[in-house]
Amino acid sequence: MLPVDLPNQAPPSALAAEPIIRAEKIEKYYAQPSQNRIQVISATDLSILPGEILALLGPSGSGKSTMLRMLSGLSTPTAGQVYWHQKPIAEAEINVSIVFQSFALFPWLTVLENVEAPLQARGVEPEVRRARSMKMLDTVGLDGFEAAYPKELSGGMKQRVGFARALVVEPEVLFMDEPFSALDVLTAENLRSELLELWANKTMPTKAVFLVTHNIEEAVLLADRIVVLGRNPGHIRTDFRVQLPQPRDRKSEAFTQLVDYIYKVLTRPDVVPAQAPDQHAAPAVRDQRQMHYQMLPHARPGGVAGLLELLLDKGGRDDIYHLANDLAFEIDDLLPIVDAAQLLGFLTVEEGDAAITRGGSEFANSEILRQKELFRVAAVDHVLLLRQIRRALEAKSDHTVPEEFFLDMLDEQFSEEECLRQMETAVTWGRYAELFDFDAGRRRFVLPDASEEDAAADSAKDSPGPEDSN
Amino acid sequence: MNIQQPLARSLITARTWPVFMDLVVASLALAAFIGVVSTGVYWLGKPVPVVPISNSISALPLYAFYSIVRMSIAYLLSLAFAIGYGYTAAYNKRVEPWMVALLDILQSIPVLSFLPPVVLAMVALVPGHQMGIEMGVILLIFTGQVWNLAFSFYSSLKSIPKEMVEATRIYRYSAWQRFFQLEMPYAAIGLVWNSIVSVAGGWFALIACEMFTMGDRSFQLPGLGSYLQTATANGDIKALVSGFAVVILIVVATDQVIWRPLIAWSDKFKFEQVESADRVTSPVLELLRRSNLFSSLPGRVFAKIEEPIFRRLARSHECQVVQPLDQDEPKPSPLLWVLAAAALAAAVWGAMRAVFMLSSVTWPELRLLLEGAAATFLRVNVALLISAAWTVPVGVAIGLNPKLARIVQPVAQVMASVPATAFFPILLIGLVKIGGGLGIGSIALMLLGTQWYILFNVIAGAMSIPSDLREVSSLFHFTRWQRWTKLILPGIFPYLITGMVTASGGAWNASVFAEYTHLADRTLQTVGLGAQIDAATDSGRFPLLLLATIMISLMVVTMNRLVWRRLYHLAETRFKLEG
Repeated sequence: MLPVDLPNQAPPSALAAEPIIRAEKIEKYYAQPSQNRIQVISATDLSILPGEILALLGPSGSGKSTMLRMLSGLSTPTAGQVYWHQKPIAEAEINVSIVFQSFALFPWLTVLENVEAPLQARGVEPEVRRARSMKMLDTVGLDGFEAAYPKELSGGMKQRVGFARALVVEPEVLFMDEPFSALDVLTAENLRSELLELWANKTMPTKAVFLVTHNIEEAVLLADRIVVLGRNPGHIRTDFRVQLPQPRDRKSEAFTQLVDYIYKVLTRPDVVPAQAPDQHAAPAVRDQRQMHYQMLPHARPGGVAGLLELLLDKGGRDDIYHLANDLAFEIDDLLPIVDAAQLLGFLTVEEGDAAITRGGSEFANSEILRQKELFRVAAVDHVLLLRQIRRALEAKSDHTVPEEFFLDMLDEQFSEEECLRQMETAVTWGRYAELFDFDAGRRRFVLPDASEEDAAADSAKDSPGPEDSN
Repeated sequence: MNIQQPLARSLITARTWPVFMDLVVASLALAAFIGVVSTGVYWLGKPVPVVPISNSISALPLYAFYSIVRMSIAYLLSLAFAIGYGYTAAYNKRVEPWMVALLDILQSIPVLSFLPPVVLAMVALVPGHQMGIEMGVILLIFTGQVWNLAFSFYSSLKSIPKEMVEATRIYRYSAWQRFFQLEMPYAAIGLVWNSIVSVAGGWFALIACEMFTMGDRSFQLPGLGSYLQTATANGDIKALVSGFAVVILIVVATDQVIWRPLIAWSDKFKFEQVESADRVTSPVLELLRRSNLFSSLPGRVFAKIEEPIFRRLARSHECQVVQPLDQDEPKPSPLLWVLAAAALAAAVWGAMRAVFMLSSVTWPELRLLLEGAAATFLRVNVALLISAAWTVPVGVAIGLNPKLARIVQPVAQVMASVPATAFFPILLIGLVKIGGGLGIGSIALMLLGTQWYILFNVIAGAMSIPSDLREVSSLFHFTRWQRWTKLILPGIFPYLITGMVTASGGAWNASVFAEYTHLADRTLQTVGLGAQIDAATDSGRFPLLLLATIMISLMVVTMNRLVWRRLYHLAETRFKLEG
């Protein structure tokens, strides 16, 4: 049974799929001897469908944690029934894990023993146990810490152990009870993006994630579907899908609209919530069709050259993760370079592999001057901003243009900070490609020296220089 | 001294269950007592060989050995019972209040009151044999040790953080895995500290119980206790001093070889999120750790045993399905109803028989008992006041000075473990020479036995006053009076209460030994309830013993409810430092 109000259309795949966990009219109340009942949660229906991250948002006292415990089988509802693949959850052999707010690690066990413990409970052989746990610790980035005790670790590392322990049993549903609220802001950010990575790359066989949080931004950042709870007694106020594509930009209009909507719902407990805002107008950050200006990846031309050479060395095609490992790069540092190369048409990305194109091979095999020329051609072809700058410089009689002019145009698409970064990257590329020069003192673009241009033009093409063409 | 958890005796003040439960449980206990005494008296007629106790120093090592063996057996029994009892009480909501009520009442009964039923039961089991007395004495020591341990284990189980229990459920731990990976480690520190206290109490009991008379029969076993008692009866100072020296030797050795390594090792189980700076060190533990055999062998042996067990258990039902934490208790089976009915019948029968037995107590005896009760009550409170008067200033001074604390702590720990009953005879002989009576002497014994509890707790309390509060007091130049009334006394209040509750219980227990002693050719005694219990046991007057025991138990439990619980509540609400 699907939830009642679905203002946004669910993608067809989810509708057809059978829910993994389904709660039917579950209630939680405590009977008092004086015939009164303390109703914590009123009759609620909720389904957890495969392939989605579901966030449960609510103010304190709305029974979010109670709901999580009922859905995971830890707590029996006082009324109603919870089903696991159509079987009552108390009798089914369910495979779920919970990541706790306070980490719930055992202080007298080492990190490795903490992660192995659930496998011990399943009677797994010691060697297999150890291998699986080590691999999982590697995945969460704690390689080398197996023999440490929890009290020696920072909060973020402790929660990574919590994640490792939860994922080592390969749960079908991963429950998380405010997992990031005990961490500082930066660590929480890190872990959130790592979680999204693990989820997106299907590194874990987990089919669904159920997240309880009181942080609206976190919910909108992570979730595919958000359920907002009200309190007194706990009940569902709204349930809608989030269709912003990942990675989500906090500053984008659709994001802030959604956060505002949820904020309004939470702060007006008496009002029936309106429909969730339409999210189809949200421009994807990397969706180049919607934007006028492509968002330049912040990579240096040298980096692109290096990557292409390496790729060629590997036979022209390699998995991006292998590349990152070989270079001892964080995947976050490698991706802008890959994006830049892709933008310029030097490589394509297919199913997590980077494959070099013909243009890219030529680029990688050339020597430096030829490389610059190829880069210039590709940049003018594919990057609107650079094309515009070059055109403007050629059109003006004094061949200089102030930076402000282009910043103004970028401003309509990007935040102020991002504008400056885009401009910086464009300047770096333009300089490398010898498309233009940038006078940092006067903040003006300048065509490279006429004489240099002439010399290059004469030696390369024996055709009239740019200023002669009208 | 880092008292990680309050001494378990004080936890009874947190109970809120109704008086009715106490009454029913008390009647059940009475029923048991009467049943045993009635059957036991029958067997008493059989002769038991009496072993003579020599007073020469050469006999000391052997006697020490016997006493140590008895203590060890009693301690292991107590530990096993405490774990079993605590586990059952913590996880069976239906019987939990009853079991805790029983623990509360049994804890308030002085060890010597257990003497007749225990000894009689054991003699009945193994009639005509020395073994019966041995088992009886071991069980007596057991009764002096077990309640504390049971309370400690029970309260540890109840205070495990909820998320850790949830983790064990969601990952489907078997009861075995949960016990060894969660429950025992969590309870370890409490058990270690309470074991130290319990063993000290055990020595206290052993010295008094290895030799006693009941009715017209006298029982004695070869051991340190009977050695000391015989020496007292003969007035042999040299034997007394040497016996006492051996006791001290054993206590110090136990402290160094067993307790300190255990405390240092149990640091591993401290449930804190950050490394702490000061830890107890133990050279013996370092030695053991460095030896390869000791550090790797237990681990390997354990692992070998564990693996097949885990594999078997993984197939059991509880490891396949997530067990909810708040599962409704299954409806009680008819068997339970039958048992409950039988218990109720027994309780009623016990109450009736008790009344019948008590009716044989004459009025003058009753008046004597009441006077004794008042006298002992007064003495216990005077002892408490005197203890508090000196331990609070000294404890605060030590606690606020960490260097001093580090030196004093191990010494105080040893001194607390020395059973006061061991040197009480020496003290007495000295007192008698000066001309004082047992009235003062009994207060002295109570002091010696129980002031250490208050001292430790006050030190712990002073150490835990947050440094920022102290900084405030020096910043604003508090006067000495202000410092004491606004900072120190409120800060140590919860700890002080814990210490005083423990000390009060110990003092009542000690009154039995303090108010009645056989010295040289005469029997010293003073007006007091403890003396009455002793005298009744000596002469075999069981109804009197029963009445006196009931009175002591009643007074202790009432004091707990009326006074200590209120103060504890105050400590928890108004004087608690963290939020």
